[in-house]
Amino acid sequence: MSQFLQFVSSGLTVGAIYALAALGFSIIYNASGVINFAQGEFMMLGGMAGAFLTAAGIPLPLAALLSVVAIALVGLIIEKLVVEPASGSDVVSLIIITLGVAMILRGIVQVTFGKANHSLPAFSGDKPIAVFGATILPQSIWILCVSALLVVGLSFFFGRTRIGKGMLAAAYNRLAAELVGVDTRTVLMLSFVLSAAIGAVGGILVAPIATTSYDSGGMLGLKGFVAATLGGLGSGVGAVLGGLLLGLLESMTAGYASSAYKDAVSFVLALLILGLRPQGLFGARQTDRV
Amino acid sequence: MLKVSHLSKSFGGVHAIEDVSFEIPRGGVYAVIGPNGAGKTTLFNLITGLYVPSAGSISLAGEEISGISSNILASRGLSRTFQNLQVCMNLSAVENVMVGAHLNLNSSLLAGMIRAPGLRQSDRACRMKAAELLTFVGCKKFVAADASAMPYGALKRLEIARALAMEPKLLLLDEPAAGLNHTETHEIEELIVRLAKSGITVVLVEHDMRLVMSISERILVLDHGKRLAEGTPDEIRINRDVIAAYLGSEVGET
Amino acid sequence: MSTSGSLPDVLAPRSRAPGLLAVTVVLMVLPVFLPNAFYLDVAIRIAINAVLAITLNLLIGYTGQISLGHAGFVGLGAYGSAILTSRWDIHPGLALVVSAIAAGVLAWVIAGLILRFKGHYLAMATLGLGIIISIVITNETVWTGGPDGMSVGDFVMFGWQPSGERQWYWIFAALLVVTIVLAQNLVDSPAGRALQALHGSEVAARAMGIDTASFKTRVFVLSASYAAIIGSLSAHYLGFITPGIAAFPHSVELVTMVVVGGMASVWGAVFGAVLLSLLPQVLASFEGWETIAFGVILVVTMIFLPRGIVPSLAGLFRRPEG
Repeated sequence: MSQFLQFVSSGLTVGAIYALAALGFSIIYNASGVINFAQGEFMMLGGMAGAFLTAAGIPLPLAALLSVVAIALVGLIIEKLVVEPASGSDVVSLIIITLGVAMILRGIVQVTFGKANHSLPAFSGDKPIAVFGATILPQSIWILCVSALLVVGLSFFFGRTRIGKGMLAAAYNRLAAELVGVDTRTVLMLSFVLSAAIGAVGGILVAPIATTSYDSGGMLGLKGFVAATLGGLGSGVGAVLGGLLLGLLESMTAGYASSAYKDAVSFVLALLILGLRPQGLFGARQTDRV
Repeated sequence: MLKVSHLSKSFGGVHAIEDVSFEIPRGGVYAVIGPNGAGKTTLFNLITGLYVPSAGSISLAGEEISGISSNILASRGLSRTFQNLQVCMNLSAVENVMVGAHLNLNSSLLAGMIRAPGLRQSDRACRMKAAELLTFVGCKKFVAADASAMPYGALKRLEIARALAMEPKLLLLDEPAAGLNHTETHEIEELIVRLAKSGITVVLVEHDMRLVMSISERILVLDHGKRLAEGTPDEIRINRDVIAAYLGSEVGET
Repeated sequence: MSTSGSLPDVLAPRSRAPGLLAVTVVLMVLPVFLPNAFYLDVAIRIAINAVLAITLNLLIGYTGQISLGHAGFVGLGAYGSAILTSRWDIHPGLALVVSAIAAGVLAWVIAGLILRFKGHYLAMATLGLGIIISIVITNETVWTGGPDGMSVGDFVMFGWQPSGERQWYWIFAALLVVTIVLAQNLVDSPAGRALQALHGSEVAARAMGIDTASFKTRVFVLSASYAAIIGSLSAHYLGFITPGIAAFPHSVELVTMVVVGGMASVWGAVFGAVLLSLLPQVLASFEGWETIAFGVILVVTMIFLPRGIVPSLAGLFRRPEG
């Protein structure tokens, strides 16, 4: 039983990070129909920036804040420089463009910071806390709480604020949104800023547990994409639940079956779930109009 | 030719087609009209196998066809055009028409790769016939064009040529005159008459009343997914329900 | 706009002989100019990538079905041949055929599940498939040697055992020419038009009698088995393989060649393969910068030449006023 709880807690921790990655995917997907394969790189950048700022002697909270702002700016620049000029391209081209952006970001980090692994100090120590026989790292609690706060904040933003509601409206019907005065260009910009910032937060949160390096964004990004598709692209609830589900599945597989195959199992299950529900767990069914 | 009885289709509880019955005789032009949202295109999509009916039956030349997928129906001689153009913009005009002749050609991947004997000749003949069909529908000057370089009116005809390449027995035209100017509409009208004369049974969904009234043998009027009336153009013209529905919808729309 | 053509114009499809002749001549004389085995090796890798890009282009460019897992099938062929020949002592020719069939059968089984998906969902599904294959290869250490890789025996066919870069060069050069011819034939055939039609409009294709599900499955199986055959041969040529051959980055590399070179263009795939295989060689001395340059090329091409380099340039020549 305590073992099971252990797997649950580690699964939720990883799942929360996947959920943040998936949220980043979903927000941009909603605003633009683009799957941003550089989402994992936003996380990597957050972790790297945090690691270097704290190493330079800047206190952690300030370093975290600066990193998030900086990565949000990176998101803005990417949107302006790359995504806006490419709007209207087909799915394959857009995938290639964001993969290209991911390579550029990875390359820049590699030439400036090198290939080494970097780490952040845990926010409040490394001493495990015992809960019902399972042990949990303080950093896991940080991850769960900050992620939960972010999700609540986002649901408030999209549900209650004018601009947030405008962004959602634009996702459903761009023309209608423009007619009621939502500027879709602003929506696109905001979505990248927001996704980059969320990615950076995720990257900083996870850096004390898993070290970060120039290429650590790849797998994180893919897992976020799996989680987002699993939940249904564009669905916020889907992204969060997809992420948590994926984290739990991986943790259970690693714990009870084989840690070597935990990644494979998550992909297999993603395929099976999509086979049963091609639009994801919470996605809307699409039909072609003829 | 085509018999539809008690056909219904609902999407999530909304009835798009409700208990519609009619029979299309062999030969001539049969029109389906009705205000926007009456269910005309849904009816077409049901007949051509894009949708599966919720209830009722559709039979083609005496054989039940409801629920059979559209590519199988094509082999039974059913062909169609689309209200929202469905031209393959990645192909040339001629190639689009050749796609219509798909069922008459050897479509094995392997045969295509090794250019099997006979394939070259049959493909060449098909290309020739496609060019003729384009000329027949009045697209002679677009014979060498890419579909993506053609204007809207020509694309509408291209779809008709493609549908004809299949040598259909029953041809469904979904708003062939929509978006066309007066001259173009007149040309399409002549084309439809020629088609009907060549022995193809034409089913027509169209908003242009003058066009429908002048070339159709019989007309089915739908309103809110239900059959409102059916008869010859003269009968429909004086039908009170039809007049009321059209006046009502026009008041509602504008 | 070239709308003035008369009937005979259309009836004679564009001649393919000049392009084919040019490539054959280049491939014939190239070894004369390549100073040593290193350059021959680069040329061989380009030919391998070109063939793979062509088969992938049939799927992505012509049929409109994205695959982010193509390298998985290359890996299946490579490891299939390696394992069958070294662990069971099976004849390399037979091993190649068995691997190709296995890849085809796997593709056929998977196709039923995933080819119903569209766009991003298909991207996700093929990506997952490729990653699963590469994870299995990495972890089944007993069979595959795991991350350290495994060595592959010599290839023998009809009593001939190719050895050295020069002999292998002729094999892959011939394979490239044959693949170009087969692909061009296919594209210009009824089957090829059916594939392109279902890309252009799936409903229209079905209304014209095309069994779209069957065509998607068949082209998926075709490109998978072809990739496996190339995988087998390259494994024998390389003599040593690692799981990287089946990994996601390799899949992305292949997709990139297709998209940058030109979607729905056989020559585009060849050009993309040449360009993106040479680039790392040229940039190899600038560690890190090569990734940046690669990324910049992808982004810039996609923004300014969205159809890919070859079709965009060809379009310029055909319609100078457009």
